[in-house]
Amino acid sequence: MAARRRQYPWFAGAILGALVVTAVFAPYLAPHSPTEGDIVKKSIPPIWMNGGDAEHLLGTDRFGRDVLSRVIWGSRISLLVSLVAIGVAGTLGTLLGLISGYRGGLVDALLMRLTDIGLSLPTILIAVVMVAVSEPSFRNVVLVIALLLWPRFARQVRGETLAVKAQDFVALAVVAGRSSAWIIRRHIFPNVVPTLLVISTLQVGYVILLEGTLSFLGVGVPPPNPAWGLMIADGRGFLATAWWISLFPGLAMLLTVLAVNLMGDWLRDHLDPKLRQAVGVTVADAPAAEPVPTAIDDAPARRTTAVDV
Amino acid sequence: MGRYLVGRVLQTVLSMLVVVSIVFVLTRLSGSPIHLLLDVSATERDQEILTRHLGLDRSLPVQYGLYVRNVALGDFGNSILTRRPVTEHILERLPATIELGVVAMLLSVLIGVPLGVYSAVYRGRLLDRGARVFAVLGQSMPTFWLGLMLILFFGVVLGVLPAGGRGGLLHLILPAFTLGYFTSAAILRLTRSAMLEVLGSDYIKFARLQGLPEPLVLWKHGLRNALLPVVTFAVLLFVQFLGGAVVTETVFAWPGLGRLILESITTRDYPIVQAGVLVLSALYLAGNLGVDLLYSYLNPRIRHGGA
Repeated sequence: MAARRRQYPWFAGAILGALVVTAVFAPYLAPHSPTEGDIVKKSIPPIWMNGGDAEHLLGTDRFGRDVLSRVIWGSRISLLVSLVAIGVAGTLGTLLGLISGYRGGLVDALLMRLTDIGLSLPTILIAVVMVAVSEPSFRNVVLVIALLLWPRFARQVRGETLAVKAQDFVALAVVAGRSSAWIIRRHIFPNVVPTLLVISTLQVGYVILLEGTLSFLGVGVPPPNPAWGLMIADGRGFLATAWWISLFPGLAMLLTVLAVNLMGDWLRDHLDPKLRQAVGVTVADAPAAEPVPTAIDDAPARRTTAVDV
Repeated sequence: MGRYLVGRVLQTVLSMLVVVSIVFVLTRLSGSPIHLLLDVSATERDQEILTRHLGLDRSLPVQYGLYVRNVALGDFGNSILTRRPVTEHILERLPATIELGVVAMLLSVLIGVPLGVYSAVYRGRLLDRGARVFAVLGQSMPTFWLGLMLILFFGVVLGVLPAGGRGGLLHLILPAFTLGYFTSAAILRLTRSAMLEVLGSDYIKFARLQGLPEPLVLWKHGLRNALLPVVTFAVLLFVQFLGGAVVTETVFAWPGLGRLILESITTRDYPIVQAGVLVLSALYLAGNLGVDLLYSYLNPRIRHGGA
């Protein structure tokens, strides 16, 4: 894939920046409580419509809760779920990937079959049943998503590990009598970090959509939490009379996922050594780790390590 | 080829066993179904009889073995709510799910392929950029929200399309598009890159030099060679539709299997939930297997390369 190197996605960066600020400072930014409403002021339309109220810029829902405040607090939930779920899945997946790739043999064979199975499961379905049976809660949502996500990390990290392992400096470390743990920590892991960063970013959008779907179906973050998916479900019965209840949280979700995806694409072009070599950018502007020829390199001329074709 | 085939079939069977195990463990985690089956007035004796009748007094490994055997035989027990065999419920709802899946796949191919072809032809021009926006949006849009917004616009504001339920062709448009949008975006990207590669080839240049009309060059000589990955992908996606249908069916009150599962979660009718998930998973895994085998048959390189 010889795509030209992308420009830094300013639009996506700005949205993500705003999102993080919103999530962190939600208590100061939100004009009202996200969970308490005034039932007298229920279903007030956004300010630019007839009957709008300057107190509630984006209107209120059927319990009189301020939509803007709920959207603002909702960013916290989305970000928190994706950070924790990806943190857990990433750690587990990386650990297994490193071990699998470095040890090889039976351990590798077993772990990779397990990964294959994990990757072949119908994600949404399993997630729905798991959360439904185990009582919807923040913790369960995160755990289930992490459980379904780790194989993606394990697979990629293993591939990278295999490539790094074939390098001379690893062989040298082995000859020097370094322990496997030391080599993995000092030589392999640092070289895997750029890939890890790229996969993590590319998964954020997926996790936000998955959490939103679960919450929408009523098997995610439980009410009255201001999760975006829950808000959209809340407004479902009132599309004809109070469409703003569903519209704005969905818009927030769309923008967030869009921004994360664009950022992920850019990061992949920028950080992933595979692509960097394929595109033909010189090694000089590689930011961190040394370039790593990998098993599935697009540029045959650079395939220096022993690879079965 | 033989080894690859056997390995792939074995892996699918293993995956299915994992799904069955997950479902088994989850239902046991959720506590004894006795209290769901009996009302409050039931005596200890009643509970005991039912426990023995359901085999819940046996050891867990034995229960697991019996469960796997029953599933393999297609016996999912009776619904707690209606007392009818679960299989009947499932068979009732399955056609609706498949209907929606098929139409959604056709729609996403009908949108994705032409857009992809013309994006490749008019690379970098307005149409290409528009298609790119369409694709990027499609991969970032929460499906359930898209569905609601379509209902709002076409059902409520314009009033031209029904907002839910199953009926004629009109009822299919919104749910099929909702379900197919994400996919048509993916198909678009795939067709575009495959076409770009084909269009740069010598035989296309030659066809043009011969003075063949452009549509013939594009659709016959061009697309035919770009089609393999697209077709495989489309079949694969159809299979995934079945799993993802839970969401779309809920939004559009579509009486399919996905919605049945969700309804049964609400009413705690666990036998139906289990069976529904197992059936959809089996279809999903079988579909994936089919695609892989088809692909390896069509493209010999796969057979020799990799694991």
